Amino acid sequence: MTDLAVSRPVTAKPALDVSSDAAKARIRARYRAERRFRFYGIAALVVTTLFLAMLLVDIVSKGLPVFKAHSLVLDVAVTQDAIDPAGKRDAATIRAADLAPVMRDALKSAVPGPLGRLGDRTLVRLLSIGAADDLVADLLRNPALIGSTIRTRLLLSDDADIYLKAKGAVTSRRGDGTITPDAKSGAVAIAASGPAFAVDLARIKAVMVERARVLETEAARLDRSGGAAVSDKVADLRREAAELLGRARDPAGEETLDTRLPSLLLSINGGLVKVEKLKADSAVGTALLPLSAASASSDWSVVTYATPAGDRKITDLEIALLEHLRATGKVEAHFNTRFFTSGDSREPELAGIRGALSGTAWTMLVTLVLCVPIGVLAAIYLEEFAPKNRWTDIVEVNINNLAAVPSIVFGLLGLAVFLNFFDLPRSAPLVGGLVLALLVLPTIIIASRAALKSVPPSIKEAALGVGASHQQAVFHHVLPSAVPGIMTGTIIGMAHALGETAPLLLIGMVAFIVDVPQAITDASTVLPVQVYLWSDLPEPAFQEKTAGAIIVMLMFLFVMNAAAIMLRRRFERRW
Amino acid sequence: MPEALSIRTAAESSPAAATAATAAPREIKVTARDVNVSYGEKQALFDVDVDIAARSVMAFIGPSGCGKSTFLRCINRMNDTIPICRVTGRIEVDGRDIYDPEIDVVQLRARVGMVFQKPNPFPKSIYENVAYGPRLHGMATNKAELDAIVEESLRRASLWKEVSDRLEQPGTGLSGGQQQRLCIARAIAVSPEIILMDEPCSALDPIATARIEELIDELTENFTIIIVTHSMQQAARVSQRTAFFHLGRLIEEGPTEQIFSNPKDRRTQDYITGRFG
Ligand SMILES: Nc1ncnc2c1ncn2[C@@H]1O[C@H](COP(=O)(O)OP(=O)(O)OP(=O)(O)O)[C@@H](O)[C@H]1O
Ligand SMILES: [Mg+2]
Repeated sequence: MTDLAVSRPVTAKPALDVSSDAAKARIRARYRAERRFRFYGIAALVVTTLFLAMLLVDIVSKGLPVFKAHSLVLDVAVTQDAIDPAGKRDAATIRAADLAPVMRDALKSAVPGPLGRLGDRTLVRLLSIGAADDLVADLLRNPALIGSTIRTRLLLSDDADIYLKAKGAVTSRRGDGTITPDAKSGAVAIAASGPAFAVDLARIKAVMVERARVLETEAARLDRSGGAAVSDKVADLRREAAELLGRARDPAGEETLDTRLPSLLLSINGGLVKVEKLKADSAVGTALLPLSAASASSDWSVVTYATPAGDRKITDLEIALLEHLRATGKVEAHFNTRFFTSGDSREPELAGIRGALSGTAWTMLVTLVLCVPIGVLAAIYLEEFAPKNRWTDIVEVNINNLAAVPSIVFGLLGLAVFLNFFDLPRSAPLVGGLVLALLVLPTIIIASRAALKSVPPSIKEAALGVGASHQQAVFHHVLPSAVPGIMTGTIIGMAHALGETAPLLLIGMVAFIVDVPQAITDASTVLPVQVYLWSDLPEPAFQEKTAGAIIVMLMFLFVMNAAAIMLRRRFERRW
Repeated sequence: MPEALSIRTAAESSPAAATAATAAPREIKVTARDVNVSYGEKQALFDVDVDIAARSVMAFIGPSGCGKSTFLRCINRMNDTIPICRVTGRIEVDGRDIYDPEIDVVQLRARVGMVFQKPNPFPKSIYENVAYGPRLHGMATNKAELDAIVEESLRRASLWKEVSDRLEQPGTGLSGGQQQRLCIARAIAVSPEIILMDEPCSALDPIATARIEELIDELTENFTIIIVTHSMQQAARVSQRTAFFHLGRLIEEGPTEQIFSNPKDRRTQDYITGRFG
């Protein structure tokens, strides 16, 4: 009874057709469409999941090793003479002390010697520049230790660490028959009773054939892409390939092992000889680790480092030393706490994300403190109090536009306004936070307005009905009901800010900063920028760090997003 | 502003007041003269004149969209919240023009309570729902007084027995009928002089409806009640006077029995006999 109109004549309607062929075809078409849609949906899901899984597997597999580090555990004799000849035992003396000699002595006693000048230098280079840090910390904690022998951890260099993390780089084959070296150290010629090295020679030749094929392919590819510029290079490649093939074709011929071929070493009489020239029944080389005697032995083996010396960052001698240390149980793998406790460094094994983490925390703090009150109050005002006129329309449209402005523009704005005009400190979390606040503000305003809008007006009317003022109604009832939505929006906005890099590059947060920032005005960097900085460095150890930092950042994001989802679940209200 | 105690004193007053309202010298609580309301370009009410007696029930009936809610919302100026709504004319409560700029709207709404068509408890505890208004207006100086007001209001809304042991639970967890009674308790907790009810039973089953109608009967002892309803029977059962609206005009107003048994206007007759719609 909504109308006064008296009943109108009803025109005859066609009956609903459900049984004709056309109707059946329509139904079939509808089912088909539904099936098709479901298929598209699943396909889309599978593709996205696949990409995500690939990304995660890649990053995790690259980054996980960063949480592990290798150190040597050695007994270091911390003599009073070397550290504190005056016997003062104070922190300044301990810090100033040069621990390199005592560490070198400890190292030397851990490997067979003598190694010679080059060997000693290589030995020391296995250690990180910061290897003494733990030892110094121990001594500072307990100066009474000076004069005694301490079992301590000495951090290995990044190249040694990477080598130790890589698996299956070294293979060993027990030799048959008897071989006789002619010297204990230096140049060593080895004679075998029979064709003891025939297997190894064949293997080397196979590698050469393989390498020749790779060179041919490369030459062909260059040739195809053409141009006079590469013709020399193509000729070089072809020549080299032909030469390799020529050498490989002569099965008995002597082979010179250069840096482009796998390294062969003979382990005999407690020493290690690097083979330079190989025949089926004799070898010439240099002793890397000195032999105990120049006598014949039937207990020997051939050790192969499959990666050619030219393709790795670590020499045969270093590998030999590390393998020896590993075999004698001096190498220890441990959790890489340094990654979380130290700032950036030029030395990959010393570099950590603490600086970037603190920088991120400070920056986020500034952003949060600025964004939430401003954003929420702006949203409340716009949604509940602002008169609806052309001006508020313009403001609203522009807030939505602002949310779509590329982030780098905010960086330029920050550079022009905060740095150049207000003269705020460069590279500081304060400015980073301000810039990110600008970036996040529209998101928070939009999310908060949506949350406020989703509170049914009946709640506000109820409050007004019992005599609450408009403001009381909003702050007592509408706002509390909108809080979960506002928090969700805020967290998503902050997660967005957390991963933002471009605007921070422009305000100088991209500098190399070693110190962990202690305040919002200290120069610092943030996680994504740290990732960007590290990803640019050539050292493989930094590639690992990059992936590690990404993992930490993703963890942050996951935690934040999980919090957003949980808040939504927990406080979601059905009206 | 009536004190919290006035609820109790009012409760003790004679039930004769309700029947007295229908007798000859009526004490007029609300007066409307030449009320015109428009939403933007569209006029929703035309020249409405009506007098509403104190401590009685006035029912507004009429087809959907005729402007009953609009008029009801004029009486506590709830229409102010709709930006495009414009009200002209004069509405007086106790002889004072409520659209006078001197009048404080918030005070007015405390005096003229409202119960909405759809139950709309706050998403807070039952206790908080009722205590919100009194606390806002400083009607209780301590927790004990507030507790007393809450209990009294829930009792009068005949909800106390059902919820006395779970006052801390959310009001939104109650059944529809209980929620509506909670909203009534919330409205009477601030001791308004007038209660506006916009189809309070439209979402309720017959049993809950009957309880609310009983409640309205009881409330007439102290309050002036204006109720919008689509149910002719309900209007006949609870009201002393009835006003019929049609297409934004007040067609006819008079004692309920007369409207239903002997309407003066054809349109009223058509409507109550169900001739259109
Ligand atoms: N917020 C609004 N904005 C614009 N027009 C409105 C608004 N509220 C009501 N109206 C219009 O005013 C007229 C009267 O509406 P009102 O809500 O008062 O009707 P009603 O008599 O209460 O109807 P019902 O019985 O269906 O509740 C209707 O034509 C409606 O379209
Ligand atoms: Mg209505």
